[in-house]
Amino acid sequence: MRATELNVVVDTGVAQTAAERKVWQLLARVPDPEIPVLSIVDLGIVRYVRRAADGALHVGITPTYTGCPATAAIRSATRAALDQAGFADALLEESLSPPWTSDWVTPEGRAKLEAFGIAPPGDAAAALRRAPEPVRCPRCGSLVTERISEFGSTPCKAHYVCSACREPFDHFKCI
Amino acid sequence: MSAKAAAPVQGDRALSEALFRYVLRLADTSLVLGQRLGEWIGYAPALEEDLGLANLALDLIGQARLLLTYAAEIEGVGRDEDALAFLRDAPEFLNLTLAEQPNGDFAHTIVRQWLIDAWQLEVYESLTGSADTRLAAIAAKALKETRYHYRFSSGWLVRLGDGTAESQARAQQAVDSLWRFTEELFTPDEIDERMAAASIAPQLAAAAERWVRRVDEDLRRATLVRPAPQPHPWHGKRGVHTEHLGHLLGEMQHLQRTYPGASW
Repeated sequence: MRATELNVVVDTGVAQTAAERKVWQLLARVPDPEIPVLSIVDLGIVRYVRRAADGALHVGITPTYTGCPATAAIRSATRAALDQAGFADALLEESLSPPWTSDWVTPEGRAKLEAFGIAPPGDAAAALRRAPEPVRCPRCGSLVTERISEFGSTPCKAHYVCSACREPFDHFKCI
Repeated sequence: MSAKAAAPVQGDRALSEALFRYVLRLADTSLVLGQRLGEWIGYAPALEEDLGLANLALDLIGQARLLLTYAAEIEGVGRDEDALAFLRDAPEFLNLTLAEQPNGDFAHTIVRQWLIDAWQLEVYESLTGSADTRLAAIAAKALKETRYHYRFSSGWLVRLGDGTAESQARAQQAVDSLWRFTEELFTPDEIDERMAAASIAPQLAAAAERWVRRVDEDLRRATLVRPAPQPHPWHGKRGVHTEHLGHLLGEMQHLQRTYPGASW
C-alpha cells in the first residue's frame, strides 16, 4: 500500500498512535459494496479513528445517503475487518454531523472512479448553485456530455451520455 | 384518560412529549411520501423517472429511519423504528395530509413532491440551527438530499406547466386539487409553538413566507396559477387523516402485522 493512500486522515495535525495508523490502513482495504474499486477511506466516510481518554478506540463512519442500502453492509464489513485484525474492542460509531459531501471523495478515490468508468464528482457548492462544472466522459475524455437523468442505479450516481463517443456512463452525484 | 392526566405537565416531560410528536410529524411525512413514491416502481412514464422516483423514495425512507429512531429514544418505552413504522394505526400517524394523497397521474405526483420538497427545504434549513443538536444533525443531512429532490421536482413542474396544452392542463389540475392540503403546512398548533418557544423548531410564520415566495416563483416559471386559499377539515399532523392513509398502511404494514417480528 502506498503511503499517500493513507494521507486522507481526517484528524490531520493530530499525531497518530501505532494502533490508529494500523486501523486506517485496515479500513483503506475495506471496499464499498456498490463500487468495490473504492475503499471506504477513498469514499471519505471514515471520519475518525482515535483512542479516547477512556482508553477505547473509537471509529466513526458517516453514511453517504440516509437511505443507502450499502450502509448496513459497510458497517458489518468494517466490524469484521476490525475483529479479524485484533481490534474486537474498538467501538464502531455512526457519525452524522457534519454530513457527508462528495467533496470528501479523496483524489485517489476520484482517479479510481474515472478508471472504473464513473465520472468523479465536481464541486458540490457549484452544483448547488446550479452552475455545475462540466462532466468529463470517463471513456474518451470529452467535455461535451449530456445528463440523461439526475438519478441512476445507486443513490450516489446520475446518468449521463457522451456526445462525442456516444457511450452512456455514470456520474458520481455532487452533493 | 382523566382530565387531570391529560393536562399539560410542567417541565421536561411535557417538552419531551411535544418533541416526540414533533419528530414523528417529520418522520411520518417522509415515510408516507416514500411509500407512495415506491408505488411508481415499474410504472413510471420513463425508465429515468422510474429510477428518479425510486431514489427519492429511498432518501425519504432513510430520513424517516433516522427520525423514527430518534423519536423512539425520546419516547423511551422500548419501541424502535420498526415498531413505530409498522405497528401504529392511522390515527397515531402524524404526517402531513398532503403526503398521503394518492399518486394520481405523473403531474399529481410531481406537484405533491414539489410542494413537500419546498416545505422540507424551509423546515430542514431552519432546523440545522435547532437547539436540539440531534435534530440539527439529521436536518443538515436531510437538507442536502432535499435540495437535490427539489431540483428534480421543480424542474419537472416547469417542464409540465410550460409544456404542451395537455401537460399544462394536467399540472394546473394537480395544483388545484392539492392546494387545499397546503394550509396545514404552516398553520402552527400548540406543539409547533412549544417547539419554537424552546428554539427547537422554526417559527412557522417566517418559514411560510419564504415557502410562498419560492412556490410563487416556480408557478410563474411554470406558467401556472396559484389557487385561492382553501381551508380543509383534515389535519394529518394531529392524526386526523383522509381515508387514503389507512389503505397505504394496510399495504405497508401487512407483513409485520401478519408475521410479527419477521426479518430477512
